[in-house]
Amino acid sequence: MGKTLSEKVWDAHVVRSVAGEPDLLFIDLHLVHEVTSPQAFDGLRQSGRGVRRPDLTLATEDHNTPTLNIDRPIADPVSRTQVETLRKNASEFGVRIHSLGDLDQGIVHIIGPQLVLTQPGMTVVCGDSHTSTHGAFGALAFGIGTSEVEHVLATQTLPQPRPKTMAVNIEGELPPGLTAKDVVLALIAKVGTGGGQGHIVEYRGSAIEKLSMEARMTICNMSIEWGAKAGMIAPDETTFGYLKGRPHAPQGAEWDAAVEYWRTLRSDPDAHFDAEVDLDASQLSPFVTWGTNPGQGVPLSGRVPDPEEFSEVADRTAATKALEYMALTPGQSMREIAVDTVFLGSCTNGRIEDLRTAADVIKGRRIADRVRMLVVPGSARVRLQAEAEGLDVVFKEAGAEWRAAGCSMCLGMNPDQLAPGERAASTSNRNFEGRQGKGGRTHLVSPPVAAATAVLGHLGSPADLVGAVAENR
Amino acid sequence: MEKFLTHTGTALPLRRSNVDTDQIIPAVYLKRVVKTGFEDGLFAAWRADPNFVLNQPQYAGATILIPGPDFGTGSSREHAVWALQNYGFRVVIGSRFGDIFRGNSGKSGLLIAQVDQKIVEELWDFVESQPGTALNVDLAERTVTAPGFQAGFEIDDYTRWRLMEGLDDIGLTLRHVEDIDAFEAKRPEFLPKTLPAKVAGGS
Repeated sequence: MGKTLSEKVWDAHVVRSVAGEPDLLFIDLHLVHEVTSPQAFDGLRQSGRGVRRPDLTLATEDHNTPTLNIDRPIADPVSRTQVETLRKNASEFGVRIHSLGDLDQGIVHIIGPQLVLTQPGMTVVCGDSHTSTHGAFGALAFGIGTSEVEHVLATQTLPQPRPKTMAVNIEGELPPGLTAKDVVLALIAKVGTGGGQGHIVEYRGSAIEKLSMEARMTICNMSIEWGAKAGMIAPDETTFGYLKGRPHAPQGAEWDAAVEYWRTLRSDPDAHFDAEVDLDASQLSPFVTWGTNPGQGVPLSGRVPDPEEFSEVADRTAATKALEYMALTPGQSMREIAVDTVFLGSCTNGRIEDLRTAADVIKGRRIADRVRMLVVPGSARVRLQAEAEGLDVVFKEAGAEWRAAGCSMCLGMNPDQLAPGERAASTSNRNFEGRQGKGGRTHLVSPPVAAATAVLGHLGSPADLVGAVAENR
Repeated sequence: MEKFLTHTGTALPLRRSNVDTDQIIPAVYLKRVVKTGFEDGLFAAWRADPNFVLNQPQYAGATILIPGPDFGTGSSREHAVWALQNYGFRVVIGSRFGDIFRGNSGKSGLLIAQVDQKIVEELWDFVESQPGTALNVDLAERTVTAPGFQAGFEIDDYTRWRLMEGLDDIGLTLRHVEDIDAFEAKRPEFLPKTLPAKVAGGS
């Protein structure tokens, strides 16, 4: 019987396999950031161990970093200590680091692909659940905890029980204006936040094949939001086109050898998946969340559900609690929901295509008077690229704030936070209670919906802007 | 790591599903660079409510947490495990868990005992009707027992063995360092290295 893509990559990385024990996997790339690494480096120090492969390790600062006044010391002393601890650790253990202010600084999952340190068939880990992003290249990439960070630093390997496999077949033509974010939000609403637990999933089908690399990263990024161990997409010409000529891509004869190998990285026709899910892309419409987990979503044209509609007790209780937290009423139209803040950015939607899509919507328009909009490029290079294209001017002229790169308002760890009760449309990945700041209320949306919402002052899509601009002027 | 064989303690019912790691400990509490002191951040947002189960006196001193399904989903933060341990929890009994949280717990010595949701419901009823009654969790037997109550739980064999022996994963792996050496020797040349650094536009 044939093998799936994930089985091929897994098998190519087994250092040791013994019955009754997890496989010991070799790790090709270990990405490190300031939040989940200090205790790991400390563990190495206490046990007198070093970093086995600093040349397969890369560190950056993203979670705690401010997006304003980045030339000044970080104001919050605890955040500053965490960032400075990473700098000290990187220096002591010989790890390459891209610090705040460096041209290659940015969200860890944006800079890995940008430098082409992420390549097909690799194993990539990071003390961060959105490591699944790198699976867009056909890499096996997953988030790990701090104990595992220490394990990889010390041994460049990780003991891992072999997960099950799942295929997500997404066929059909995605309607114009819809994005990868709508696809993945609709998928999570269908399968639930636990739907992927214990599985490495492979996204495939005609709708996936047509997506750009950046769109594929958006889909794989949110694999963890439905519980999957990792999400992968088989590499193809789109992948090779993205990689070629970038900083760490192979060159000359090595490029040819690499591509020859990469072409083998697809599930065999007779491969068996432990589970399969189908989604029809042609039936999708803009998708947004109403609740406090990413599975609590509906089409933008829909309404806030009544908890009584759910058959499972746990779902009913969760919906009741979510509506209370979100201050929403059953039956309310999603389009009626007014927002205070719009956040465009994060490892989900902070790449150049995301900024372009949103800028196209917002160009020549003004954001609604009482709305603040933060536009936060995912990396310093995305910021420079956007500025070279004049996107910063588009956003600023519309009344939005143009910021420096980082995780920003995706999580309440740096100065960019929601106030209690504040409501946001956010292109990030988690609408958990308090995720964007204590008491903050989050609706997950795509970049074009974020842009249209900023102009309208309530949830809406670019189609709603026709004829609606005047009332907000 | 300390060996885990059995644990006897009182339990706390957390009747909520989808308790993600942001709820277990919000990001703002993750800034410490040590593994201690995270108990202040445990369920921080909910603890402001005096009726929240953690604030109810009949559950004071509980060491066994019984949450609803999909506990520990979301962020990979191991701080969630440390916060539970720093607060005093030794065991979490539930029906479904986030994969990364489950892995982190095994590394840090927090026992994740998986049971059917039906057992969770029974335990909730039992604990609420008799708060302060100790449960016994036996890892060797994989059982949870209390007066008039017994149920088996699931845990994978390898994690169970490591917990019972109190073994450090890194030490176990380094016993096979020659296998790692051999693997490294045959990795293809085209695979990228972070050093020396190559950046767009030359370095």
